[in-house]
Amino acid sequence: MYRYDEFDAAFVRERSAQFRDQVQRRLTGALTEEEFRPLRLMNGLYLQLHAYMLRLAIPYGAMRGEQMRHLAMIAERYDRGYGHFTTRQNIQFNWPKLKDVPDILDHLADVEMHAIQSSGNCIRNTTSDPYAGAAPDEIEDPRITGEMIRQWSSLHPEFMFLGRKFKIAVSATEEDRAAIKVHDIGIQIVRNEAGEAGYKVLVGGGLGRTPMIGKVLREFLPKADLLPYLEATLRVYNLFGRRDNKYKARIKILVHKLGIEEYAARVEEEFASLDKSPELDADEYRRIAAYFALPAFKAAAEESVLLERMQREDAGFAAWVKRNVHPHRQPGYAIATISLKPIGGAPGDATAEQMRLMAAVAEAHSLDELRVTHEQNIVLPHVRKDELYLVWSKLKSQGLDAPNKGMVTDIIACPGLDYCNLATARSIPVAQNIAETFADPAMQEKIGPLSIKISGCINACGHHHIGHIGILGLDKAGVESYQITLGGESTETAAIGERVGPGFSYGEVTGAIETLIETYLDQRETGETFLQTYRRVGLTAFKETLYAAA
Amino acid sequence: MPLRDDDGPIEDRWTRVSLGEALVEFSILEFSGVDERGEEIETRKPSALGFHVANDVDVHTVVPWFERVALISVDFPSFADGRGFSLGRKFRAMGFRGRLRATGPVIADQYAYLRACGFDEVEPPERVSNRQPEAHWKAAAKAITAGYQRGYPGPSNILEARRAARDIRR
Repeated sequence: MYRYDEFDAAFVRERSAQFRDQVQRRLTGALTEEEFRPLRLMNGLYLQLHAYMLRLAIPYGAMRGEQMRHLAMIAERYDRGYGHFTTRQNIQFNWPKLKDVPDILDHLADVEMHAIQSSGNCIRNTTSDPYAGAAPDEIEDPRITGEMIRQWSSLHPEFMFLGRKFKIAVSATEEDRAAIKVHDIGIQIVRNEAGEAGYKVLVGGGLGRTPMIGKVLREFLPKADLLPYLEATLRVYNLFGRRDNKYKARIKILVHKLGIEEYAARVEEEFASLDKSPELDADEYRRIAAYFALPAFKAAAEESVLLERMQREDAGFAAWVKRNVHPHRQPGYAIATISLKPIGGAPGDATAEQMRLMAAVAEAHSLDELRVTHEQNIVLPHVRKDELYLVWSKLKSQGLDAPNKGMVTDIIACPGLDYCNLATARSIPVAQNIAETFADPAMQEKIGPLSIKISGCINACGHHHIGHIGILGLDKAGVESYQITLGGESTETAAIGERVGPGFSYGEVTGAIETLIETYLDQRETGETFLQTYRRVGLTAFKETLYAAA
Repeated sequence: MPLRDDDGPIEDRWTRVSLGEALVEFSILEFSGVDERGEEIETRKPSALGFHVANDVDVHTVVPWFERVALISVDFPSFADGRGFSLGRKFRAMGFRGRLRATGPVIADQYAYLRACGFDEVEPPERVSNRQPEAHWKAAAKAITAGYQRGYPGPSNILEARRAARDIRR
């Protein structure tokens, strides 16, 4: 894990003090609300339906136990005892008071955390693969690049007032767990023909009102050129992106308008003119990489007798292992996912008590590491197979043992009308209704991997475009209406879901999902997942059954 | 409108004129060539011409003027419209050595970013500057004493400080 040096620590302290001063100047009227708004947003502070919402940055989703425990303290002291993990691998608190926010930031700085650029029209917190450093298939640890970008983008003097928000994701594996194709910039660590590691750079992906899949900006970028190349890419966007309409201000619109060839040509021209000092960046890369050296794994056999035995003896544990445990690069270790989607819960929510438990489990059993995933779950990246049963038992004591990772009940949902002042419909209750309908573990097992994603408005924070089943809640003449899309996906075969037809009322939407799933079970060939069946049979088969009754 | 730089408020010795109304003292205009009698005219030194540009100006159309003007004022139509930051940065990268001014409702919190992007001075309208006394600008300018970005002028660069620290340890 990365640790702050004295420069990082001083920087975060100064930023915290700067924000305290900005709050003061807002309270005295020196700053108008219009002026304060972008300043608070670029420090993660939103004005929501009921109160302020503070979103903290968790760079590339990685945390230590101590940091998670601090979040628990903040949840109890300044919120209502819980926090909400987001699709951006961050955490949000929904009830802080403006006057407390500077103190919260100071508490965060105590454990090397901050809220810098977790919102606003600037470069947001960089996201990455939650299995980084543990995945057997990665070329190198993407967190090193993530940390390079975190530092470079922090209070970047040129890019704090962009046309719109700007999201960068980094992945280091062929199997994409960081959804890089739906980010403003997606970076994949690849090897060239000479075997050197470098970057494949995608640009112009995104969700929101106009979902698009990113296009290749550069097939191979030498590692030492990353920061100047990002500078060039951002500068072209900052100079030429639209400013007249916030819904057309994302980089994807500019890339679409210019065409990827023209965009790339402008970036290359800008890049060629830049003064680069690759050796300084390479030095910095090496410095950061040292923090991400492989941890001290214990030598162990690949197979664990205890794990095998406990799976035979405890069906609940076996189900959890089957769904929530992933292979690790190190023999005898595994990656375990803690689902924050218990049946009936609000997706991504965790109580302070649960946070403390996760912190303790990470410290005792996962080399003090935790990751937040864009599916709003938590990962324990380094668990010894011999300890999985103990880990599961501890998690179970706080209801953190849902064996549903990647299943129909592992639903992503934005806060929706219950919390958000942009929302046009409820999301969390829809997720809860669907999860309750498919609560039976045998039923979930029968359905197999299926991702449902729900957004409560067109801004698509619930990523409905990339759900195998996507649900978009709209307001039709004062009544909630839910549009369904099918076939969306976020990985290396990313696709934007297709709209299936007219929307459904709040009361109908769960039934509609049931019909879709029944159609899949009828149509599927042996071993097919929902997505595979959908891609084989197409939209029409689902549409026919869905609207047959009408 | 109030003008300020690192030293605080400064006198604005520039007069804005608009096309069709410009009556400029002959002696400050640059002109070379021959007069109507065919006699060579002395080239005058362009010591005091500047111009104001919109923030979507094509940079390449401005470059030929770099040697001939002493000041470029860049429009910031709103403090949230950050195109001017990249424009300033590009003007400097492409060789402008004169004075660079940010004109528009920029706020004290942006001053350090403007300086880092090559601006020398800011000219916010009265309605903005009245709410932001001198102390706010001074404090905001030094709120962050070291940054991560290479190649942007500013108080101190963290990457270089780290390298220096490494060199000392060696």
